[in-house]
Amino acid sequence: MNALTQLTEEERDFFQIVRDFAEKEVRPLVMKMDAAGQFEKSLIPKLFEMGLMGIELPEKHGGSAASFFMAILGVQALSQVDPSVGVMVDVQNTLVNNAFLRWGSESLKDKYLPQLASGKVGSYCLSESSSGSDAFALKTRAEKKGDKYILNGQKLWITNAGEADIFIIIANLNPEAGYKGITAFIVERGFKGFSVSKKEDKLGIRASSTCELVLEDCEVPLENLLGEEGKGYKVAIETLNEGRIGIGAQMVGLAEAALKHAIDYTKQREQFGKPLSSFQGMQFQLAQMAIDVETSKLMVYNAARLKDAGLDFVNEAAMAKFHSSQVAERVASLAVECFGGYGFTKDYPVEKLYRDAKIGKIYEGTSFMQLMTIAKNILAD
Amino acid sequence: MDILVLIKQVPDTEAKITVSGNKINEAGVSKWIISPYDEIALEEAIRIKEKSGGTVTAISVGDDSVQASLRQAFAMGADTAIQVKTDSYQMLDSFGIAEALLKAIEGKEYKVILAGRQGSDSDNGQVPLIMATLKDWGVVPFAKKVELKDDKAIIECEAEGGDAVYESSYPVVVTANAGLNEPRYPSLKGIMASKKKPIEVKNISELGVSGEARIEVVGFEPPPPRPAGRVIDGADAAEKAKALVKALAEEIKAL
Repeated sequence: MNALTQLTEEERDFFQIVRDFAEKEVRPLVMKMDAAGQFEKSLIPKLFEMGLMGIELPEKHGGSAASFFMAILGVQALSQVDPSVGVMVDVQNTLVNNAFLRWGSESLKDKYLPQLASGKVGSYCLSESSSGSDAFALKTRAEKKGDKYILNGQKLWITNAGEADIFIIIANLNPEAGYKGITAFIVERGFKGFSVSKKEDKLGIRASSTCELVLEDCEVPLENLLGEEGKGYKVAIETLNEGRIGIGAQMVGLAEAALKHAIDYTKQREQFGKPLSSFQGMQFQLAQMAIDVETSKLMVYNAARLKDAGLDFVNEAAMAKFHSSQVAERVASLAVECFGGYGFTKDYPVEKLYRDAKIGKIYEGTSFMQLMTIAKNILAD
Repeated sequence: MDILVLIKQVPDTEAKITVSGNKINEAGVSKWIISPYDEIALEEAIRIKEKSGGTVTAISVGDDSVQASLRQAFAMGADTAIQVKTDSYQMLDSFGIAEALLKAIEGKEYKVILAGRQGSDSDNGQVPLIMATLKDWGVVPFAKKVELKDDKAIIECEAEGGDAVYESSYPVVVTANAGLNEPRYPSLKGIMASKKKPIEVKNISELGVSGEARIEVVGFEPPPPRPAGRVIDGADAAEKAKALVKALAEEIKAL
């Protein structure tokens, strides 16, 4: 039996190579992308070439046929340098590709997976202005008309929408049936009646695009149904279960980066004639941060390994996301304090990590929703 | 076209090197990599294969630790790999390495042998040249562009004040300069496949290499510490500039 954090040779090599890539290719762009609120387009083909966008996809579709855990490592390694790049890879693998693999018909997979493995970015589109946590209250409507579905409505806060070409849209085909009318569709950027609208100006992960989508009599071919009619609520909810582990990995990478910055800085910064790291008050804080990082990593790794083992992981995934996003915010906050006045400025990297951490408690199910899931699980008869 | 790439595994360019006796303290090196110029050579070989077919073989001399670099060569796209196994690599000089490499590839026909212009550790840059000399093959060092035709190789290199273009018959030994290409990052698929490919191991003691060193390493010494910098004084920028120019012209005679 191996330790949770013990990596196989493949896992270790992959993590190291993604880390090297992030250090050399991403690091120089981080502050520029953050300031501009714009993802550097030239990075995207590189992510595809390294196989980062189709980690679990079968080889026949151009993927690497690797484990879910490998995807988690990729997100963690990238997020140590920029959580905005981490989330692009996370959404592609843990939400979009996974939804296709789990629910897509063979012809849908044959058509879209090779594109998702080789160059097309995907988006997962559930939230709306008046339905966030209450996901099944969504108002986007679908109607079957002849040989197509017609979609009408708006989607909000859609990650990767600025760069994406393939969208998984959740809409209600039969509102009278309530959540049993909810259905998932595959929409391409060029479909008639589909447009990407306003891009949000955000507190953190600013390089990652978050946009509104508008569907105005958007025409979708019948074969672009993902799963079955009326079963879209399962697509929506069950896909998010594994997605949460990916967000956990993003938060672990972020917290590790903040801790590393804090350690390096406090060893080198001197006050009262001694390095900050020689003061016990500082040492105990760093130790506490290290414990936080370790526990969140263990929880994320365990949830991912459970998923790969085919075991139930829903509760562990919710706990991992809740804990790792709390830890990321706390550790990044303390890292800013370790840097003192410098930490509050954009000349040093921890200010951005603190802003980036906030999203962890919000997207892919708020922390309150994670608590509801966990409570429901532990109280079940 | 079948291409052989010489791979030297070296301490990471950022690793801290310590010396004990007249040897580099290898146990103290935390990370080993493919020598950066060799990585450029490997990338060039893989690009040639991707464009016009053939195979790429990576070869390295050393103990079992060099298998990590050969696996990375697989991950980037090499088809086969040979480890010329010796546990006393540091005892071999460039001539010994070249001899061992030639023995290890006896019976195989490579039209092109690519290598980095020099190892990033000892900076000798001799092994590929000695191999070509012993075999009477063409050799072009410091390539910045390589084009392979059916009957000849055309290689462009930097030369004093311009570029030099050489043509060579096959086999030819080419060493890669910086700027020849930008090596790729291994893909996840490549990394996973690299663990399954076999590495051919040839024991140096069975190759009939003399192993007699022609060069003896007498000692290693760290470079002298850099002298402290000097701050030019002056009331304002103009005065400082004047003082700087004066110092450059009179003290170190740079102007």
